[in-house]
Amino acid sequence: MEWMMAVAVGVLFTVGVYLILSKTLLRIVLGTSLLTHGVHLLLLTMAGLKKGAAPVLGGKADAYVDPLPQALILTSIVISFGVTAFFFVLAYRAYQAHGTDELDNVREEEQ
Amino acid sequence: MNNLLVMPVLIPLCTAVLLMFLKEQVLVQRWISTLGGILNLVVSVILAARIHHEGIQTLHMGGWAPPYGIVFVGDMFAALLVLTASVVSLGILLYSFTSIGAEREKFYYYTFFHFLLVGVYGSFLTGDIFNLFVFFEVMLISSYALISLGGIRLQLRETSKYLLINIVSSTLFVAAVAYLYAAVGTLNMAHLSQRIHEAGQGGVLNVIAVLFLIVFALKAGLFLFFWLPGSYSAPPAAVRALFGALLTKVGLYAIIRTFTLIFAEDPDFTNGWIAWMAAATMILGSLGAVAYNDIPRILNYNVIVSVGFVAFGLSAGTPDALDGAVFYLLHDMLGKALMFILGGLMIAAAGTDRLEHMGGLIKRYPLLGWSFFALALALAGIPPFSGFPGKVLIIRGGLDAGMLTLSLIGLGSSLLVLYSLIKVFRLAFWGNMPDTEPPKVKLKSGTAVAAGLLVLVILMGLGAERVNTYVSQAGEVLGSPRLYIEAVLKE
Repeated sequence: MEWMMAVAVGVLFTVGVYLILSKTLLRIVLGTSLLTHGVHLLLLTMAGLKKGAAPVLGGKADAYVDPLPQALILTSIVISFGVTAFFFVLAYRAYQAHGTDELDNVREEEQ
Repeated sequence: MNNLLVMPVLIPLCTAVLLMFLKEQVLVQRWISTLGGILNLVVSVILAARIHHEGIQTLHMGGWAPPYGIVFVGDMFAALLVLTASVVSLGILLYSFTSIGAEREKFYYYTFFHFLLVGVYGSFLTGDIFNLFVFFEVMLISSYALISLGGIRLQLRETSKYLLINIVSSTLFVAAVAYLYAAVGTLNMAHLSQRIHEAGQGGVLNVIAVLFLIVFALKAGLFLFFWLPGSYSAPPAAVRALFGALLTKVGLYAIIRTFTLIFAEDPDFTNGWIAWMAAATMILGSLGAVAYNDIPRILNYNVIVSVGFVAFGLSAGTPDALDGAVFYLLHDMLGKALMFILGGLMIAAAGTDRLEHMGGLIKRYPLLGWSFFALALALAGIPPFSGFPGKVLIIRGGLDAGMLTLSLIGLGSSLLVLYSLIKVFRLAFWGNMPDTEPPKVKLKSGTAVAAGLLVLVILMGLGAERVNTYVSQAGEVLGSPRLYIEAVLKE
């Protein structure tokens, strides 16, 4: 099971990096959000994907899945959510100010 | 239990929350910010004194014993950094009053300022690797707001870059934490150190160590500093001072903590990496400092050089070098804050940041000029000032460890630092006044703040022996992680 997740994470990282290296700001923001998806799946996978009940004590199961990475992912999701929202608004403001979201043009215009 | 340890985080947090409700009352905001700053200074002095007498302090959050709960750890290294950061931030706060402008002040400048401090102090004091990530994010998100606040075009462009770099490095940080958790199964730093000691470092743990090094190097500007010169040129001088004095130093603190505590089992491997990165940083940084002709860029490259120098001290790893790295780090926080404040005052006085349009400032602002001269000597490491003891200790440690080439690069970079700052001094303060009428600006209070920081730089140099009793206590813990582990995981 873990190897499938590893491949999925690898694909997310590849696509994310490819998008980040592109020229328009919007594609870059999408790239960063794919990258964070990848890293959250990685966090889930690295803790092990063994079978067990959801980490709620009411279930009275014999074994539970590890609750710690789930808390870490939850924290990381909110943080990246906030940062992505900021990035989107920044991209919008930059588009308004520069009149373009092509990063090459932004540099040329300054000189 | 010892709740004093969480106060450096709690005080700016409460101040920041309080300031949110006072959007329009700029004067009230200033008073509350100053009060918060002073309170924090007092607390950090008490904290440092207590650690000096009673040893490492720990605080178990919510009463959960480590490694199960989050623990705050105050050793001498963290306490000294908190103390220096609170001095420096108070100085920058006072400088902001006259330089930042009502526009920005009304848009939550002081709130962001204090949130940034929450992240900085929290990063210094936490004893949990994921909590370190969260405090990093607190600090970074505030820095995004501060760097873009005002929204001029240059700021918007540079914030996009800065934001992207930091999102990527934070993503790598989470990935590194995931790998580390998979390999070792804990997040508490002391417990991590213990388990890595038991398992023996090698193979996969070395890979994780290098991943952490890349993450923190991106934050600190160690070799991976390509984003720094541009980004730090965008915001106003007070924000630049805050960034130059604190942000890269938090990255450096994380590197030092990680490689003296957690990944301390295979020093030949990790220190080798840090050593060549330090060498490249010092060379490229000093070349950049010499190459440019505008004040912001010269000052930014000076920040990079000192990051390389501290990393050199860490990679040498002898007790002298570690003491030197701590001493130099403290000096550098003061020195870089002072440097950016003086740079900001010079730009305000001359009305331009290009050196070729400046000249003759010494006639109008003698105090400013001689302060800058003294600062140039201090940053280069001339004896009466605070840069000297740290540099001597690091170079001595480097020679003891047999790193002759790196020591020579370190000394050479000091020379180029001196050259770049004296070039600024010569072109801006001597020579003829430019033909254009210079702007009339009031710089008295800013110069007073700078003079105050300069006095501290001189006192730290003169009282080096007294400072060293504290610094060597910090270096002792860095040299032997046993002390840290026993303090955290006792019982």
